Amino acid sequence: MKAVFLASVTALAISSSMAHAATEPAVVYDQAGKYDKSFNEGVYNGVKKYTADTGIQVREFEPKNEAQVEQGLRRLAKRGYSPIVTVGFNMTSAVEKVAKDFPEINFTIIDGVIDLPNVQSVVFKEHEGSFLVGALASMASKTNTVGFVGGMDIPLIRKFGCGYEQGVKYASPSATVLQNMTGSTGAAFNDPTKGSELAKSQFSQGADVVFAAAGGTGIGVYQAAKDEGKLAIGVDSNQNHVQPGTMLTSMVKRVDEAAYKTYQDSAAGTWKPGMVVLGLADGGVDWAQDENNASLITADMKTKMNDIRAKIISGDIKVHDYMSDNTCNY
Amino acid sequence: MFETLILMLDATMRVSTPLILAALAGLYSERAGIVDIGLEGKILGSAFAAAAGAAVFGSAWIGLCFGILASVSLAMIHGFACITHRGDHIVSGVAINTIVAGLTVTLSMHWFGMGGQTPALSGDARFLDITFPFADALQDVPVIGAIYSNLLSGHNILVYLAFAMVPVTYWVIYKTRFGLRLRAVGENPHAVDTAGISVSFIRYRALIICGILCGLAGAYLSTAHNAGFLKDMSAGKGYMALAALIFGKWRPVPVLLACLLFGFLDAVAVRMQGVEIPGIGQVPVQAIEVLPYVLTVLLLAGFIGKAIGPKAIGRPYVKERA
Repeated sequence: MKAVFLASVTALAISSSMAHAATEPAVVYDQAGKYDKSFNEGVYNGVKKYTADTGIQVREFEPKNEAQVEQGLRRLAKRGYSPIVTVGFNMTSAVEKVAKDFPEINFTIIDGVIDLPNVQSVVFKEHEGSFLVGALASMASKTNTVGFVGGMDIPLIRKFGCGYEQGVKYASPSATVLQNMTGSTGAAFNDPTKGSELAKSQFSQGADVVFAAAGGTGIGVYQAAKDEGKLAIGVDSNQNHVQPGTMLTSMVKRVDEAAYKTYQDSAAGTWKPGMVVLGLADGGVDWAQDENNASLITADMKTKMNDIRAKIISGDIKVHDYMSDNTCNY
Repeated sequence: MFETLILMLDATMRVSTPLILAALAGLYSERAGIVDIGLEGKILGSAFAAAAGAAVFGSAWIGLCFGILASVSLAMIHGFACITHRGDHIVSGVAINTIVAGLTVTLSMHWFGMGGQTPALSGDARFLDITFPFADALQDVPVIGAIYSNLLSGHNILVYLAFAMVPVTYWVIYKTRFGLRLRAVGENPHAVDTAGISVSFIRYRALIICGILCGLAGAYLSTAHNAGFLKDMSAGKGYMALAALIFGKWRPVPVLLACLLFGFLDAVAVRMQGVEIPGIGQVPVQAIEVLPYVLTVLLLAGFIGKAIGPKAIGRPYVKERA
């Protein structure tokens, strides 16, 4: 009842402000919201940049719950917004349904795969980026034990964990990797309290570097790391600024680029449906270095990291992709 | 094994603190005959006010004052609707929850412009962990050292306050004149009225205490356990507390145990993930997640027995029929 009410209020808010809409770009964030300092905020940064560069406003929609995703999408499509960038794996089925009903509207889905003639699916080789930060984690670890905190337990997040584990084992074959998932619903991406508890549990088991691939939940993980004087690794956006001195690095995923490019290509008429896969070689994923973590990275680490990075790009190191067979045997 | 248990109990203390505070808050309110489904909203409102106050003034204590103020104000709104105007307790409580869920995010967007979050707190703006004297020295003593240094020491002041509130509540409810009247108001308000005591005044006072305790719970969430406010950060703790209250049959010590059980199951769920159990292998995350709920259902169905609440609960007091 509450959900229906909220949905209709939001729908009203959208429709009243969209009276003038022609083919304008739009974006639908996932439930963690555009200020999660991570995945959604990355997309938001791309949107902001596009608006700043071109002066074109992008219509934004933040669903309050799962039911609103499809309603919001449908409303945007009906009003003729195109292209519509949708953010996150959890939106796949909603986008698929709406895209079928509105063949003339273009959709871009980040992190999901939909095979329709009006949908572009942007996916990333997270396993490569995670491998990199995994290697760095085990170089920085004094206890030879590192942790991983995932958000929702889905293959995509397992992919981060699997890549990370491979990276850790590459740099130190005897290392232990502790892995935890926050939950099995979308809310697992916005539960910092649980994140902090999971991190503390891993610290008590000996971990001293923890990688969170958990959206807003990560904020709690980083706070716990700071409180206990351990190191943490951010995800999606460059999160080094969240806890300077605690953040070893961030596994950046250029979702901002993906959103920006969709709008840019669409305006230029070069937008194409189909799969776009962005890896280390394309600059789609990488590890973040800036003034906030400069003191934590030694010259030796940097050299080793550049070497590993080059080897992944050249194909000398093959990183197993969890999603290719849904197992982490490498 | 022993060390693991200590660490799990340590986590239990942290996780169950807001539950204990909120459940005791509910105990005062419901023992006085006021159904309080608005615990959730009061916790959330206080979490926001405390984080905002702490962020602006740089002091966790000032934040706490703001948190309590916000929570007591909400409790007074509830009282005004339910006691003075004899409104439906559930409707008023749900209204408070809904208003707070929206208002906190809106206000924080307006004030801090960070999308419903407050700035991250550090240093004096948070309640930091307290290390007991000799905790480091006793660290290596077997058993006692682990219990004293790892389990009892190293929590923030609100955790100790929450546990201290249990005997205090027991004393207030069962050993003081105020407590006797409060219980009587929840069971048989007419008798209290006949004795020449104002039913409304007692109920209002119960709600003020309820507000203060919820204020502590909210401030704990945003300025002690976490470092800042996030939207919907109470995450159903108010409802969990309400369940613990019923679970514990509206009595302080059983309520404490129920809260500790919920907290412990949560800690177990965190700890059990990814652990290989001999003969079974690795247990899936989902199976562990469901464990607290399954156990709650089993315990409720099999061991606890019928929970009977205060007799006059949820009924507005009408002095005489015209």
